[in-house]
Amino acid sequence: MRVSIDTEICQGQGRCFSIAPSIFDFDELGNGVVIGDGTLNEETLSLARLAQSNCPEHAIFIEE
Amino acid sequence: MTDKKPVVDFATDWDHTDPRWVEDPYPIWQDLRERCPVAHTERYGGGWFPTTHDVVSAIANDTEHFTSRLVVVTNNKYPEGAPPAPIGGAPPITSDPPFHAIARRLLLPAFAPGPINALEPQIRALCRKHLDELNGESFIDAASQYAQYIPPGVIAHMLGFPAEDGEIFRDFVHVVLDLIDLSPEDRAPLFVPMAEYFDQQIADHVAHPRDDLTSYLLNVEVAGAKLSPEHVRGTMVLILIAGIDTTWSAIGASLWHLATHPEDLGRLVNEPDLMPLAIEEFLRFYAPVTMARLVKDDMEFAGCPMKKDDWILLGFPAANRDPAAFDAADTFVIDRALNRHAAFGLGIHRCVGSNLARLELRVAIEEFIARYAKFELDSSKVVTWAQGQVRGPRHLPLRILG
Ligand code: HEM
Ligand code: SF4
Repeated sequence: MRVSIDTEICQGQGRCFSIAPSIFDFDELGNGVVIGDGTLNEETLSLARLAQSNCPEHAIFIEE
Repeated sequence: MTDKKPVVDFATDWDHTDPRWVEDPYPIWQDLRERCPVAHTERYGGGWFPTTHDVVSAIANDTEHFTSRLVVVTNNKYPEGAPPAPIGGAPPITSDPPFHAIARRLLLPAFAPGPINALEPQIRALCRKHLDELNGESFIDAASQYAQYIPPGVIAHMLGFPAEDGEIFRDFVHVVLDLIDLSPEDRAPLFVPMAEYFDQQIADHVAHPRDDLTSYLLNVEVAGAKLSPEHVRGTMVLILIAGIDTTWSAIGASLWHLATHPEDLGRLVNEPDLMPLAIEEFLRFYAPVTMARLVKDDMEFAGCPMKKDDWILLGFPAANRDPAAFDAADTFVIDRALNRHAAFGLGIHRCVGSNLARLELRVAIEEFIARYAKFELDSSKVVTWAQGQVRGPRHLPLRILG
């Protein structure tokens, strides 16, 4: 399971790195980035899903 | 002021400065959402008001058919001296692609979470100073004696303007955002003092460059050239206007909510961990900022026969109350976990200041409730709300109970 951010869609709304700072960080422009390769386990999956469903731009994708 | 006809039906004659809309717009929007859902008006030279999340989002993301050349609805669609699209008078908010990305990119690093979070101690100190100045009185105006001081202090610091000029900034904001229904002839002269003030600040920064946003904008180069003076000044005006009224309104509306909902105030005082969710719900429920667009060419959109240069009143606050997008949209849920709100806009113009606005809002509320754990509206006085595209209390008389 992997999470990723589509950088074309992300507008730096900043919800992901506030909700799930263990999974997401921000770059120098304030856009969201995934920490590491984005691999999720059962525990982090639900947190990633929560971030996904709060991203106003629908920029977060989860492959299961 | 122009003599206004009262609105009979907002579906065919909307006016966002109508006293009923200013007082309580939410039932009006709900009614329009069920009936239209895109309302029309002949006022302001003609325009449309979408009320659903779907249509607001579609327009915000469609820069091909809608321009940001003007983002505040007034009676003048062709102001003299405003640079044409895609630049506009206040880049990046008045800019369209491809220029928009260049103007926006210049601002993003200064407003990214890193530099903004570093301002927290300073913002906290500012809040405490203004709370101290209230002197433990039991009747206060939380809008005019507290909320309105926080954002100007921070913006003055970032732009490198004198800290004591907050009053002057609030006058500018009033002209740009509140006095919108004047004739173009009556409105134009009001902008002269603002232009003079900015000229003076720019001259001072040219003579004495320093480490602030103004000097940065004066010196930064894009493709080997400095920005035009109109661009620098337009962006400075934007940051000043966008950074003050908006956040002051968000702080005020949140305090209004807490004053009128003691159960939410109690929970926030006792469960500080709720704060991040509460902040997002304040932003959704009381979203203070509505923006505008102009239609680029005649077309049919969302079933409406739109004409070139019709206004679009882009109601992010109305989108936030759409039951198709939010469960129990008209209920304030302090711990709402799914909250994909659009308070900071959608698409390429997403608020550059959102990290700063969230920080100011959180710290201002934290400090206020740390000082006053119980308060209610002072029923002997009235709460007044700003008219126009930014909504928040201008007077918020409170009685402190503990
Ligand atoms: C709670 C407070 C705030 C709210 C609700 C808010 C809301 C918004 C919204 C809805 C937009 C989108 C405009 C559009 O689509 O046309 C926007 C843009 C913008 N805001 Fe804010 N804002 C707030 C605070 C601030 C602050 C504190 C600053 C900066 C100091 C700021 C600077 C900007 C700028 C520069 C833009 C233009 C971005 C662009 O066009 O790319 N805002 N804001
Ligand atoms: S919440 Fe969405 S838009 Fe915001 S930074 Fe994260 S991915 Fe980007």
